[in-house]
Amino acid sequence: MNQLPALARVFAYLSLLTVGGGMAAFPEMKTLTVDVHQWLTSSQLVHLYSVGQMAPGPNMMMIVPIGDWAGGLLGAILVLVAFFGPTALLTFMVGRWWTKLEMWPWRSSIQRGLAPVSIGLLLAGCFTLAKGAIFGLETAAIAVGVLLILLQTKINPALLVLGAAVVGMLSFD
Amino acid sequence: MSDTETNPGLQQTTVELNAGGVSITRIFLEFLTIGATSFGGVVPYLRGSLVSKQRWLSDKEFVEMLSISQSLPGLNATNMAILVGQKLKGSSGAIVAVLGICLPGSVLMFIVGIFYRIHGDHAWATGALKGVAAASVGLVLSTVVQLSKKSLEERLDYVFVILTVVAVNRLHQSVLVTLVVVGAMAVLWHRPRQA
Repeated sequence: MNQLPALARVFAYLSLLTVGGGMAAFPEMKTLTVDVHQWLTSSQLVHLYSVGQMAPGPNMMMIVPIGDWAGGLLGAILVLVAFFGPTALLTFMVGRWWTKLEMWPWRSSIQRGLAPVSIGLLLAGCFTLAKGAIFGLETAAIAVGVLLILLQTKINPALLVLGAAVVGMLSFD
Repeated sequence: MSDTETNPGLQQTTVELNAGGVSITRIFLEFLTIGATSFGGVVPYLRGSLVSKQRWLSDKEFVEMLSISQSLPGLNATNMAILVGQKLKGSSGAIVAVLGICLPGSVLMFIVGIFYRIHGDHAWATGALKGVAAASVGLVLSTVVQLSKKSLEERLDYVFVILTVVAVNRLHQSVLVTLVVVGAMAVLWHRPRQA
């Protein structure tokens, strides 16, 4: 069956949910790509997201393999356009105008109001991710370890994720 | 090292900006380079390149554009590319900037996806993937903590955070509905008040 229209629809919709970061869209992404359309399994989604954190550039390039698996090369390109197109257009149109609204009192209200909601969405995405990533003491220890190291030092996060891959390879069967 | 990089930024008022007459090719190549090298988060690389190295933006402009990028939907990386490209060369600048920053990571993940399909079930790979997934939970949590320290101002802000999490994870509301409903409540709470 041709998945291209569904891919375009789903990723254009997810695009608009990425307020404060790509993770904000993660719970909805899980529902739509795993439960509704079954383009991949829940653990594949968690793996792709996590591996994607080691890639350079915008940190949601993990959508590319989903597009590829469901619709081939064309699907991969379509997913990119659908996911980045709408928000790019919005930023292009609103960005300039938003700068000029510096004196508008509601501008600061909107920014201060959206801050806690976007943090909440990030945290909700994190819990959805954790359901597929934390299975016991060892994985919990890795997550807490990474959290503490990142809060205490200025180490590059990509290196930590890579380190966790090595730890995982050596200690999990 | 970070000290020597922030110092020129502080003297930005005396440093002449280099933003006039930048070619489309230069914009594309600069964002392509950022897209290919920005391991572990794009923002510091953007600042290093656009403010310190190329001097296309002042530090103040950078912070202003970043705050716009954060309050609009879309990833910081691509929103910044749009705003900076637009400032330098209008719509064609915005298009090549966003293409440049997306190209390396998307090609890399395309290849990773093919390998994962073939080797993802091998024992060594599942072990590594378990470690990587657990680490990325810690990574997202650290972002949550850092953002909270920076932008949660009062106790009620924490209530909005909790309401959002409960709506999405417990009540299984869609992210869109949660964003609109809790977002409207929070914006109204922070509404402009007469001094």
